[in-house]
Amino acid sequence: MKIMAQMAMVMNLDKCIGCHTCSVTCKQAWTNRTGTEYVWFNNVETRPGQGYPRTYEDQEKWKGGWELNKRGRLKLKAGGRFKKLATIFSNPKMPSIQDYYEPWTYDYSTLTDAPAQEHTPVARPKSLLTGKDMKITWSSNWDDNLGGSAATLEHDPMLKKIADKVKFEFEQTFMFYLPRICEHCLNPSCAASCPSGAIYKREEDGIVLVDQDKCRGWRMCISGCPYKKIYFNHKTGKAEKCTFCFPRIEVGLPTVCAETCVGRLRYIGLMLYDADKVLEAATTTDEHGLYEAQREVFLDPNDPEVQREAEKAGIPRDWVQAAQRSPIYALINRFKVALPLHPEYRTMPMVWYIPPLSPVVDVVKDTGFDAEDKGNLFAAIDALRIPIEYLAELFTAGDVAPVDGVLKKLAAMRSYMRDINMGREADASIPEAVGMTEEEMYDMYRLLAIAKYDERYVIPAAHAEQAHSLEELGTECSVSEYGGGQQDLFGEGSGSPVPIAVENFQMLQERQTADSLASPADKSSRVNLLNWDGKGTPEGLFPRRSDDEEATP
Amino acid sequence: MDVFLWVIVPYLCLTTFVVGHFWRYRYDKFGWTTRSSQLYEDRLLRIGSPLFHFGMLGVVGGHVIGLLIPESWTDAVGISTEMYHVAAVGGGLVAGVMALVGMVILIYRRRTVGPVFSATTNMDKVMYAFLGAAIALGMWNTIAGSILSVGGHYDYREGVSVWYRSFLAFQPQPELMGEAPIGFQLHALVAFALFALWPFTRLVHVFSAPVGYLTRPYIVYRSRDDVQLGSHSSRRGWERIDK
Repeated sequence: MKIMAQMAMVMNLDKCIGCHTCSVTCKQAWTNRTGTEYVWFNNVETRPGQGYPRTYEDQEKWKGGWELNKRGRLKLKAGGRFKKLATIFSNPKMPSIQDYYEPWTYDYSTLTDAPAQEHTPVARPKSLLTGKDMKITWSSNWDDNLGGSAATLEHDPMLKKIADKVKFEFEQTFMFYLPRICEHCLNPSCAASCPSGAIYKREEDGIVLVDQDKCRGWRMCISGCPYKKIYFNHKTGKAEKCTFCFPRIEVGLPTVCAETCVGRLRYIGLMLYDADKVLEAATTTDEHGLYEAQREVFLDPNDPEVQREAEKAGIPRDWVQAAQRSPIYALINRFKVALPLHPEYRTMPMVWYIPPLSPVVDVVKDTGFDAEDKGNLFAAIDALRIPIEYLAELFTAGDVAPVDGVLKKLAAMRSYMRDINMGREADASIPEAVGMTEEEMYDMYRLLAIAKYDERYVIPAAHAEQAHSLEELGTECSVSEYGGGQQDLFGEGSGSPVPIAVENFQMLQERQTADSLASPADKSSRVNLLNWDGKGTPEGLFPRRSDDEEATP
Repeated sequence: MDVFLWVIVPYLCLTTFVVGHFWRYRYDKFGWTTRSSQLYEDRLLRIGSPLFHFGMLGVVGGHVIGLLIPESWTDAVGISTEMYHVAAVGGGLVAGVMALVGMVILIYRRRTVGPVFSATTNMDKVMYAFLGAAIALGMWNTIAGSILSVGGHYDYREGVSVWYRSFLAFQPQPELMGEAPIGFQLHALVAFALFALWPFTRLVHVFSAPVGYLTRPYIVYRSRDDVQLGSHSSRRGWERIDK
């Protein structure tokens, strides 16, 4: 057994209102630079829909991820090492900028500069790639809320798979949102595709990162990732990806997308897993078995045997404790309501989803029946095959049974909790019908409905002794701004990077978790005015008063 | 004059080439990239880039054989001058035409596709001029010198190649180069200028050809505090010392 820890996320899709706050805050934090205008480490898709980049899920077209070869062994779908090197001069499967979208801005200055004229001046869209006028035809969420999907929906690769059963009519429509970040897979095909070996998985927390100094811009990761979550920075010529906000995670803060999520639908925590079993699980012959196989790879942090192994593997005690409290473990392995996104890509993704019950509830509600009644909901889940099959294409490689099971649990929770909230006798038969105890059902309700900040995000900080040395040395982020250098000579992005100090994140964490308005007591008298939000008087901002000095000689 | 052109200038260029690469790698790892423009356009690239690159691989291979392997060696193996000549001219022509056509397509693409053109640096343009000139002169030498025999027959394996090996052995024989036809002289000078420019252009990506990919494990694991923090090496003077 080779035990490793993985930082993972679960998103509860029932709560997603598609507000894009996660995308916007992520973009503000990481990709608001030239070269990454079109890049969304976090994006929210309306499903059914084509997604971003367009039809990225169609692996017959893009050849991302892994597949089994004739002998039943795992191989990269786009071809092995020799094929990669042979096609290195022109990656045949790389999406073009048109598959994402051509980034643009507006010529706002004409609004104020234009001479007096009969018609109101307009700000024309200008391409950020060429600077010329352009016609906007697509963007990262062009089909938001099914907008225009009468024309584009037929291209949804997942809908195509069940197309023989569905004639899409808007009277029978269903819709939900799918926020996506990098999956930080256990078996990342991007890393396997990288000729330079620049993409690596961190041993401590399993976060997948691109070493910006080792990346040579061969672009194989971009086509290798089936989720198309590695992006090419067209100014620096390097690959960039979601970093799981590792500078924040290291000090125990959740990612920006989770922190700012309006619906509080994201959960972050640790999973312990057996690295020796990953390959075997990814090689599972039956695609429908992949979800279960991946669940088998995870280890129970409450098992004394696992704890001993973790200690041997050098996983700190507080990390094991965090794994025990992990909401991710609870949702995936205890309640079994979270499902992986596209297990059939065989990358063992680690951002999981609780499928939405709301399309079903809405249908029941629209027909005038009681949408909180177990019987009605169960019947609807059985009857509404199209949405269920669609969800199954997303989360279980088309296997309807697990999705069915999860939705019934969620439906059971609804009707079970209604009895309690109405002051009626709790009906023990409801949890029983979905194979849960009353206590489990209540715990699940607590975690899904009212879990507070520290229950949703159980993130052990990087080690104190490490944290100390991290400080001031500055951890440098793969996507920090690059200053200096001979820009004209070597192209943009050359030169030395400007480090971002962990100190900033430490102070941010202290501020967000502190009860008082005071400054941190253990800090020396240095003040970062950028972090000072005006509350209190941080130590070192003003000279000490003489009586203070007497008190602390 | 021979000493200046065929000893001093080449050694200066070679020094720039070596020291320049060392310096660039030490201080600008982040800028060390192919700076691919495939994202902007890939219809022309799909034809031009493999043509050019595979052609160039052939051209480089041909130069290695022609310049580094002495005539006496091939004679010893029993390859006659005629056989060698046919193979060299044939292979050289194919590779050269591939590289040249590829380059024309790529430069056409670079000029006409808006985003690609605006992502072109001044250094790129200078580099293209020298690279284009070197390839064109090389093709001229092959065609005019070896096929059409313009200006009489010249066997570079007894002139240029010997000079080149003497140059690499630090026992330069400049007079050999002084006797070479003007075409070969210009080709060599342009090539050396290109070598001097090399470390300061995108050509550095040649030295990161990922042959290690064939042997490394698919998934790379790295410890957070293994060699560096974050995904960049530390700035000079800021490396960790407690490890």
